[in-house]
Amino acid sequence: MKYTAQDFKSNQEVRWCPGCGDHAVLAALQRALPQVSEDLGYELEKFVVVSGIGCSSRLPYYMNTYGFHSIHGRATAISTGIKVANPELCVWQACGDGDALAIGGNHFIHAIRRNVDLNIVLFNNQIYGLTKGQYSPTSKFGTITKTSPYGTVENPFTPGMLVLGAHGTFFARGIDNDLALNQSIFITAAKHKGTSVCEMLTNCVIFNDGAHAAFAARENRAEHTITLRDGQKMLFGANNDKGLILKDGKLAVAKIGEDGVTLDDILTHHTDSDDIGLQSMLIDMKYPDMPVALGVIRDVKDKTYDINVQDQVNDVTAKAKVHCVDDLLRSGSTWEVK
Amino acid sequence: MQHKVIDIKDVVIRFAGDSGDGMQLTGTLFADTSALYGNEISTFPDYPAEIRAPHGTISGVSGFQVHIGSEGVNTPGDFCDVLVAMNPAALKANVKWAKPTATIIIDTDTFDEQGLKKAGFTTDDPITELHIEDRNVICAQITSLTKESLKDSGLDPKSIVRSKNMFTLGMCFFMFNRPLEYINAYLEKKFSKKPHLIEPNKKVLFDGYNYASNIHAIANTYEVAPAKQEKGIYRNINGNQATAWGLIAAAEKSGLQLFCGSYPITPATAILEELAIHKNLNVKTMQAEDEIAGICTAIGAAYAGDFAVTSTSGPGLSLKSEALGLAMITELPLVVIDVQRSGPSTGIPTKTEQTDLAQALYGRNGECPVCIVAAHSPSNCFDAAFNAGKLALEHMMPVILMSEGFIANGSEPWKIPSMADFPAIKPPFIESCEGGFKPFERDPETFVRKWAVPGKKGLNHRVGGLEKNPAGVISSDPENHARMVAARAEKIARVAECIPEQKVIGAAEGDVLVVGWGGTFGHLFTAVNELAAEGHKVSLAHFDYINPLPKNTAEIFAKFKKIIVCELNSGQFADYLRARLPQFSYLQYNKVQGQPFIVKEVVDAIREIL
Repeated sequence: MKYTAQDFKSNQEVRWCPGCGDHAVLAALQRALPQVSEDLGYELEKFVVVSGIGCSSRLPYYMNTYGFHSIHGRATAISTGIKVANPELCVWQACGDGDALAIGGNHFIHAIRRNVDLNIVLFNNQIYGLTKGQYSPTSKFGTITKTSPYGTVENPFTPGMLVLGAHGTFFARGIDNDLALNQSIFITAAKHKGTSVCEMLTNCVIFNDGAHAAFAARENRAEHTITLRDGQKMLFGANNDKGLILKDGKLAVAKIGEDGVTLDDILTHHTDSDDIGLQSMLIDMKYPDMPVALGVIRDVKDKTYDINVQDQVNDVTAKAKVHCVDDLLRSGSTWEVK
Repeated sequence: MQHKVIDIKDVVIRFAGDSGDGMQLTGTLFADTSALYGNEISTFPDYPAEIRAPHGTISGVSGFQVHIGSEGVNTPGDFCDVLVAMNPAALKANVKWAKPTATIIIDTDTFDEQGLKKAGFTTDDPITELHIEDRNVICAQITSLTKESLKDSGLDPKSIVRSKNMFTLGMCFFMFNRPLEYINAYLEKKFSKKPHLIEPNKKVLFDGYNYASNIHAIANTYEVAPAKQEKGIYRNINGNQATAWGLIAAAEKSGLQLFCGSYPITPATAILEELAIHKNLNVKTMQAEDEIAGICTAIGAAYAGDFAVTSTSGPGLSLKSEALGLAMITELPLVVIDVQRSGPSTGIPTKTEQTDLAQALYGRNGECPVCIVAAHSPSNCFDAAFNAGKLALEHMMPVILMSEGFIANGSEPWKIPSMADFPAIKPPFIESCEGGFKPFERDPETFVRKWAVPGKKGLNHRVGGLEKNPAGVISSDPENHARMVAARAEKIARVAECIPEQKVIGAAEGDVLVVGWGGTFGHLFTAVNELAAEGHKVSLAHFDYINPLPKNTAEIFAKFKKIIVCELNSGQFADYLRARLPQFSYLQYNKVQGQPFIVKEVVDAIREIL
């Protein structure tokens, strides 16, 4: 490979809190990009990393690439402009749950709707960290924070459901410190043509420590999460003997060998299936009733906005009779004064 | 009745009707054919915010004023010589714009009990009620006559009634001796894609023409001779179209792709629409999900190396404020077009004003000056947009181009320029560097930084909204912040070295200097000319460059005894001048009615201080 993870590290001191989940996500990204470069032929200077405002949005400073640390919520719009202007760039975006889903919610859903070829890394720690601990649009109902001293009285978003609602073409989920899985998610996301949303369940050690721990802590992970892999059975558990089946139109957990369930009864995961119903059930599985789905859940093909825009420009240009501004000024109704 | 053809220098016609009556089209057709004939023209569409406001009501009245002449047409005219009123509401709302000598044409078919009631008349005699008994009111059954004219046309009844505007246009063509061959050719071209409409439109128009000729109610018809124009190729252009074309011209001269991210907003939308047509000229347009996405996609495109623009109006500029600050601190080239409308908030969205100047100057958090230029007429929007693009691209900064509804929608004939006469645009690109790119190192003369576009090897760097040092590293060092704030301001101040000196129209010294900016040029120019012709020592300084001000501004001001700043707001430019050049005292003439100036009121205001 031409590059190593080291090539993607800037000389800036990383200033996240010790123990913050963002460190591991950054490391997974820096490890994934040499492979992305190798597989897709991007030189280092073709990578652009964009962010909004928030703890995770400091990420561009830590990447030795072109970078743009913008304003709160607007990263998705800025990334879109960059990619539409130059579709040959490999555009990555770091954003938090408050940044992308509250103040930037509008840009987030519209980028997904348009299917702009962006790789969005959504750091979801269910809290506002940089402003020191207020609830976010993904905080669980009842979460006690500085702005909800008696607990929140509003339901959270499930980010993947927003992606599906906008008919997004790619959604994956990972736990911050699972570097191997996240690295493979990022590589798959980069190869995906369209808006790739990679939700990283990150832990904020200061303001929301253990928000995901019930299923994400290493000791709970085997029993309470399921890592979905394309073409493989939906199996999980410490002994890999539990799986997902469809029962009465809903997903259910079954144990192989119990109640006559065999491996054949277990569903097989297809990331490229356009079965948005099944994918939404997978994305919406919640602890403690169901295992939380990880890995690439949806990866379907569709045209991308940036290429559609470019194709239309090419198409109109090929057919046009006006080729320069002098032509334009003299087009249509004119008259001569002699 | 003896029919006379009278030669006149200029004439103003106002077409008014329900917002569905096609008055904008009628007015445009009259203007276009007059321009083809060789007249000078100036137009003023005056339409309601609602697409189809309640039928027959005052709030639904749409107007279009055309001023045609053989010389000296600089405004759409204050008051009209001919008022066409297609219904009682149109008459009631517009009679105040008719000169005492005006001819008024009304469609009596609409003056029934219901129509009069909707327009708020309390009697069944609107003529007396409006005290216009002594005017030349021509009562024509326009709707019935149109139905009769087109009964065999094959058009459906709705389309037939809708054609009554063409009947009216025919009457006006008779009144002003417009050669019919122009309209023939025009209609054939206009409806070339709907050929079945050509003959019916011609027929109803000629029937209107003949009707006006036959009724003998029009004693005199008028001849407005063609203007003595410079040789060249001409076209009609409105301000929004000229703005869009000026931007395309700047993209061509810089060799860059034009990116426009915008959100629809009255009265700026036509800029995005116009740019969307011309994708063949290296233009990408994006109708964003909101105003903020409009500017942010543009900022992203600028970072990626495009000539990026976003078009909006006042409320949209408010929404873009934070992102404009980002463009300013990251020092990326960007043109923001603000087609001003009446405010605050939604205000009167279809009406013109100059009330966003303070917002453009100061409406951002932090120390955030931006370069501001203004367009002064419909066709001047082309030059203003080109210049805004050149400044933004060569100085690595956002530029706000102030337009306004009046010139954005208004149109005038324009002698088409040649692109060979426009200067090159040379953005400060950097191709490579040794030892790492430092994004905020500056040219010692201009204070301009280099533009390193993603994709260029070895120039990887990060920009963003956080304060940085010249090397591009985040810094909250107090001294560095002070230096960076000063450097960014100085960069804009030094733009004064690159813009033309301010010109004075009229004598370079005198009793009164009229100061204006933006779309009021035509009115102020006409007013100053009138007073100068009377022998008064009055001159005009009309500013196309607001921030920075041309460097000879103080020199000019010093040569006049009095300075009066005339603008369509409560004194925003005057306040700015007081802050920048406090050694002078400034008188003001202001109007905030959502309407352009009237020449007479400006003349009166100046006369008062003479």
